Amino acid sequence: MNPLKRFIEKITRGVLFTSSMVTSVTVLLVVLFLFKEGIGLFNQNSVEKHLVIAVNSENPVSAISSTDVKSIFNQDITNWKQVGGKDLEILPRSIDELAAQFTEEQLGEGFKNLSSLIETYILETPGVIASIPDSYLKNDFKGKLIPLKKISLKEFLTGTEWIPTAHPAAVFGAWPLILGTLWVSLGAILLALPIGLITAIYMSEVAGQRFRNILKPVIELLSGIPSVVYGFFGLVVLVPLIQKLFKLGVGETALAGSIVLAIMSLPTIITIAEDALRTTPRALKEASLALGASHWQTLVRVIIPYAKSGIIAAVILGIGRAVGETMAVLMVTGNASVIPHTFLEPVRTIPATIAAELGEAPFGGTHFKALFALGIILFIMTFVFNTLVETVKTKKI
Amino acid sequence: MTGKQLKQSLVFNIFRLISLSVVAILFVILGFIVTRGIKVVNWEFLTSMPKDQMTHGGIYPAIIGTLCLIAGSMVFAFPIGVMSAIYMNEYLKESFLKKFIRTMTNNLAGIPSIVFGLFGMALFVNTMKFGDSIIAGSLTLGLMALPVIIRTTEEALKSVDDSLRIGSYALGATRLQTIRRVVLPVAFPNILTGLILSIGRVSGETAPILFTVAAYFLPKLPSSIFDSVMALPYHLYVLTTSGTNVTESRPMAYGTAFVLIMIVLILNLLANLVRRIAGKKTKMN
Amino acid sequence: MPEYKVEVKNLDLFYGDFQALKKINFTAEPNTVSAFIGPSGCGKSTLLRMFNRMNDLIDGVRFTGEIYIDGKDVFAKSVDVDGLRKSVGMVFQKPNPFPKTIFENVAYGLRVNGVNDKHFIEKQVIEAIKKAALWDEVKDKLKKSAMELSGGQQQRLCIARTLAVEPALILMDEPASALDPISTGKIEDLIFELKNQYTIIIVTHNLQQAGRISDYTAFFYLGELVEWNKTKIIFTNPSDIRTQNYITGRFG
Repeated sequence: MNPLKRFIEKITRGVLFTSSMVTSVTVLLVVLFLFKEGIGLFNQNSVEKHLVIAVNSENPVSAISSTDVKSIFNQDITNWKQVGGKDLEILPRSIDELAAQFTEEQLGEGFKNLSSLIETYILETPGVIASIPDSYLKNDFKGKLIPLKKISLKEFLTGTEWIPTAHPAAVFGAWPLILGTLWVSLGAILLALPIGLITAIYMSEVAGQRFRNILKPVIELLSGIPSVVYGFFGLVVLVPLIQKLFKLGVGETALAGSIVLAIMSLPTIITIAEDALRTTPRALKEASLALGASHWQTLVRVIIPYAKSGIIAAVILGIGRAVGETMAVLMVTGNASVIPHTFLEPVRTIPATIAAELGEAPFGGTHFKALFALGIILFIMTFVFNTLVETVKTKKI
Repeated sequence: MTGKQLKQSLVFNIFRLISLSVVAILFVILGFIVTRGIKVVNWEFLTSMPKDQMTHGGIYPAIIGTLCLIAGSMVFAFPIGVMSAIYMNEYLKESFLKKFIRTMTNNLAGIPSIVFGLFGMALFVNTMKFGDSIIAGSLTLGLMALPVIIRTTEEALKSVDDSLRIGSYALGATRLQTIRRVVLPVAFPNILTGLILSIGRVSGETAPILFTVAAYFLPKLPSSIFDSVMALPYHLYVLTTSGTNVTESRPMAYGTAFVLIMIVLILNLLANLVRRIAGKKTKMN
Repeated sequence: MPEYKVEVKNLDLFYGDFQALKKINFTAEPNTVSAFIGPSGCGKSTLLRMFNRMNDLIDGVRFTGEIYIDGKDVFAKSVDVDGLRKSVGMVFQKPNPFPKTIFENVAYGLRVNGVNDKHFIEKQVIEAIKKAALWDEVKDKLKKSAMELSGGQQQRLCIARTLAVEPALILMDEPASALDPISTGKIEDLIFELKNQYTIIIVTHNLQQAGRISDYTAFFYLGELVEWNKTKIIFTNPSDIRTQNYITGRFG
């Protein structure tokens, strides 16, 4: 080989190698960015920017969690005893409520007296808790500023409320969203599995060439239809149907999400299960038939057991797809972030939450970071499913 | 018939019905959208700007936007995907590196589309400061399409008979020459099929473009790759759920859904056509 | 135990446009071993697969003519195909045990044919394994996977599996072609034993094997049954020049 040729071969090889690393680098970057933004959530509290929480200087409570702040201002917590203080009624005051107590004269021109009035009020009122913009805080404020606890991982994962707009402190409990995601996905797989498996079995083992020639493109098309179109169809057809059928106030329910997702995961389940069924050696089928087993018995006793691991892989991949699906679910499930009790209630999934809220979350803020933290949960979920599939697939009987 | 066979034929008939229901699902969805959408779609709908708060007019900017995204993502993902597949199939032997790349590619394929959206926003929009732009959206979509392209190209390369490669080497050709003159031409139709299918995927994705490029309402055409654009799938979402007048814009939504479905149908037909032509070619050999 | 006579009358068979069998006429008497010989692609395996209608599974097969087993028309509409396959055992070219235990492999045929009596199944399984001359080798590991057996053992297991459902006719499609000489010898001895109770038809490409174990030999060439006769006559004094050429190794 002449040197020029060899040089070109070398360069090509380098370029090809670089290209082949793009996917790996992307995965690493995805992980990096998700964690970079998402982990930040646990480094801060969820009180709105530029707000401070102040109490009477006699108040013994030293720190308080964001969730508690929200509960106090919602009046779900009404006594300092409940957050480790004295037996004293809590008087939550927002800046508007504080300002409303004073006359315009007292406040002075451009609210110039407001900060001292607030200070006095807080010093005189033992049970008060006030959320004040830091611009209205006196430089030598004599009340007590309560530091807020950082959001903990446990609080984030197991918190039962997701209210990013709560005032003055947002609440980020992902539990209802995690449950919502699992409910909708499991519902979908319960619906899609029997239909998908049976279709795969019928296609690979029973149907003639003609029927297969119809089904193959049908499945390709089903998998090609964009998820917004499924969502649109679900919204204009399924949702009203469910509403009428079950006499509900709203038709946007977990059920609607599960049905749409079931249709969407059919192609995955059918294709992978069919491939698995096809791997059963012809010799085994013939041996079974030659012993007088019917086609059906051969299916149940030989073919399906042989294809077991592939079928399981199909199921897991189906769930994985369903868990990550965004648009269709966003459009039909009603997106109420409550812990679901039945399939006839609205639910909200993790992907739908990210899609619906990221646009409104200020860049770099707590809400923004919380959405990235949701992204991490989602990523881990799908990563686990993928790894499961790989292990199931490589484990041959 | 014996009882055993009676049971079997009963079961198989039920199976047939269930399989047919899958076909029925597709036709119900297609039929529903096509019958309603076709009334709306005409030349004017395809070529004019939306007006009256998106309740009238057309979807021209969304069509152009989607075309920009298809072009942008493929310009970057197609060569990288094909080269990556060539490296894996023609250069690497079964090794740790190959296994690693394959696992990572599978993992990339498994990442949910909304996570791509998050990632695209964090990297391209914020860190690289592209802003909401065609380039940010295209890169995000391209990365997402990469595994599909790699997988189909690898399949295409694998289906090339090894005797062709050996024949070429035996004549003194280098590896690169063999790939360029023997392997790629034979694998080309199947690679093309992969390209067509990934275009289909890219044109329908919404979640990855939500925060990287898609504009809610922008009745003008982009002038550079740093502009944001409207896109068909996001437009459908907006018209259906968050437009200013959802009921009034319903016909527009049907029309947009119809156009999206048509894109998928046409691309699928095209892919099958290429596949058939490719099949005939290999038969002739 | 029933003793089946097998008759083939004017059988023509096509795969699409290709005629794989041409006007076959043939009879196998009970308690004999008939060997089908001939070069690859001559139709001998195709014919074998007609006896238990395994060709039903292949798309695009058409045929005319009749096959009678024990006087009954195999292709009659009223025939229960599963029942037919139960009474006509088949052993394949490559051993193909199910990925189940040794015991379950042999019990499979009984179970799918509706036998539930545990004691009867056990008795049948043991008897079948004994008949297949495998008992001494596997009696301690009936619960082990069949995949752990050697190729020769697997093939005898497949024969045992066939015997357990008590067929009267056994079809063997090159049963020893994937085995080593010692295993082949064992299978041949076994076939010799079995012919006292069964009618056996064996496809083989090994002429010596046909000579050793069969009573009758049929020579196929390009879909035609060129001649069939007592094995001794075919091998010493064939009447057709093509048969002579084949057995003397001039083609094939």
